[in-house]
Amino acid sequence: MARGIWVFAEQRNGELKKVVFELLSEGRKIADQLGQELWAILLGKEVKGLVEKLAPYGADKVLVADDEKLEKYSTGTYTKVISDLIREHQPFAFFLGNTAMGKDLAPRVAERVGTGLSSDCTGIELVDGNLHFVRPIYAGKAFAKTVCPEARPVMATIRPNVFPVSEPDAARQAEVVEVPVQVGMEDLKAIVKEVVKQASGRVELTEADIIVSGGRGMKGPENFKILEELADVLGAAVGASRAAVDAGWREHQYQVGQTGKTVSPSLYIACGISGAIQHLAGMSSSKVIVAINKDPEANIFKVADYGIVGDLFEIVPLLTEEFKKLLA
Amino acid sequence: MKIIVCLKQTFDTEAKIQLTDDGKISDEGVSLIINPYDEFAVEEALKIKENMGGEVVVVSIGKERAQEAIRQALAMGADRGILITDEALEGGDEYTTATVLAKVIGNMEYDLILCGNKAIDDQSSQVAVRLAEKLGLPQINVVTKLEVSDGKVVGHREIEGGSEIIEAPLPAVVTAQKGLNEPRYPSMKGIMQARKKELKKLSLQDIGLEPSAVGASGAKVKVLEYSLPAPRKAGKIIEGEPAEAARELVRLLREEAKVI
Repeated sequence: MARGIWVFAEQRNGELKKVVFELLSEGRKIADQLGQELWAILLGKEVKGLVEKLAPYGADKVLVADDEKLEKYSTGTYTKVISDLIREHQPFAFFLGNTAMGKDLAPRVAERVGTGLSSDCTGIELVDGNLHFVRPIYAGKAFAKTVCPEARPVMATIRPNVFPVSEPDAARQAEVVEVPVQVGMEDLKAIVKEVVKQASGRVELTEADIIVSGGRGMKGPENFKILEELADVLGAAVGASRAAVDAGWREHQYQVGQTGKTVSPSLYIACGISGAIQHLAGMSSSKVIVAINKDPEANIFKVADYGIVGDLFEIVPLLTEEFKKLLA
Repeated sequence: MKIIVCLKQTFDTEAKIQLTDDGKISDEGVSLIINPYDEFAVEEALKIKENMGGEVVVVSIGKERAQEAIRQALAMGADRGILITDEALEGGDEYTTATVLAKVIGNMEYDLILCGNKAIDDQSSQVAVRLAEKLGLPQINVVTKLEVSDGKVVGHREIEGGSEIIEAPLPAVVTAQKGLNEPRYPSMKGIMQARKKELKKLSLQDIGLEPSAVGASGAKVKVLEYSLPAPRKAGKIIEGEPAEAARELVRLLREEAKVI
């Protein structure tokens, strides 16, 4: 019988993703309800030290595949190691973060072990011993509730920032199991030649707790500087609407919306954004929305928790000053 | 270069989603488009063909009217199209969709398979990757830049805070991300020519799959129900002079919303 809840402990450069702690926290609850164990699956090179960061969040066991062939993420090698582990141990469920790596890896693993996958989930519920997932579709304009009734493991990628991280328990210990790594040339068809980092150093949109976003009302690329300044004070990410991206003011990877990123920050500050339906879809699951716009009729005010009708070029710098005072 | 593009017809991005009386997603009055990410895939395929010669074949699964989306790709410059359409496909998931595509594409000649990195409707970003696995091909996922040469492909793939440059031998599956290119509009000449291009329709029987292997009966993941989000209520408009309003907003975010 399939048993155990597994969490993919995604790391890059020896650093665990925040979503890993969210998955462990949620996974712990489900494992307790089912009376099963929670395992973390950790792949990489010289990553054993990360085990002590996983245990306090509820991992009973950490399977570690530590090998230089796993230093850089590659679809083929990671799929091979994880699929072999799944076949050997037959877990009931396997959760991954809906990150660039999770989205690349999870469907490949699911296909190889012959199971279903619910992508980008924002809710999990245990019903009669099976898991039901809630996933936003049409970028959040609707939701689908899904179930994987027979195939195992039940797999899901979970949207970052949705599940709260539980209080770490420093007294918790996890059993560490080292996994032999058997990957061959056939697993290495696609090779990562280079990883290019962006200079901005700013938190990624999908992981950000606060997002400051600009739209057509920004009037030009140079004006995003005032949003950057506000974001610096708040430790926020800077997003953009499709209008701003299509105008060439911001690069597409900063676009929030149905043809961009769907985000779930605690606070979303929309500046000069009218609120086209395709933008609202991407950010409507933000916990608190603030809108600053000249047009009192703008759609964005219909979804905003707080709004200021006025000139963003005047108001945003004032806000930056106020936050500076508050957070000093 | 023989290039296959997988294409899905989706709701327009501006579409409002409504449910039918029996709780399904209603398509009444919704205008349909080529999934925007698949459009980047079509454009990239055409550019590669312009450079290297070859053929671009568009493959789609959908209802009869998905022909419109294929015709548009043909009008952009694709050479021929295949639509797999069958009632038995209803209620399928990413697994069954990949099963059908692999069955059809597996019998074709190809050097490169291009897909969108996700569909803007179900947003699952799974089918292309599953297809790659079924066909035993490497994948480069979510690319914003692509170079194809004899025998290999190099893609710049978007990751958090940067990108990865990945090289894979052909044949391979590559999924397109916004930023890869600017899809062209079909010209009048293209539209005229598209009418004469081959658009083959295939049923399950034609491709040799049993109905039990696809659709709701073959799906690993089933949808239990669809729902709409509770509408967000309009909140508080903060009045007053700009400086005053800014101060008040910061206070509310701190004390009332408790997000700062």
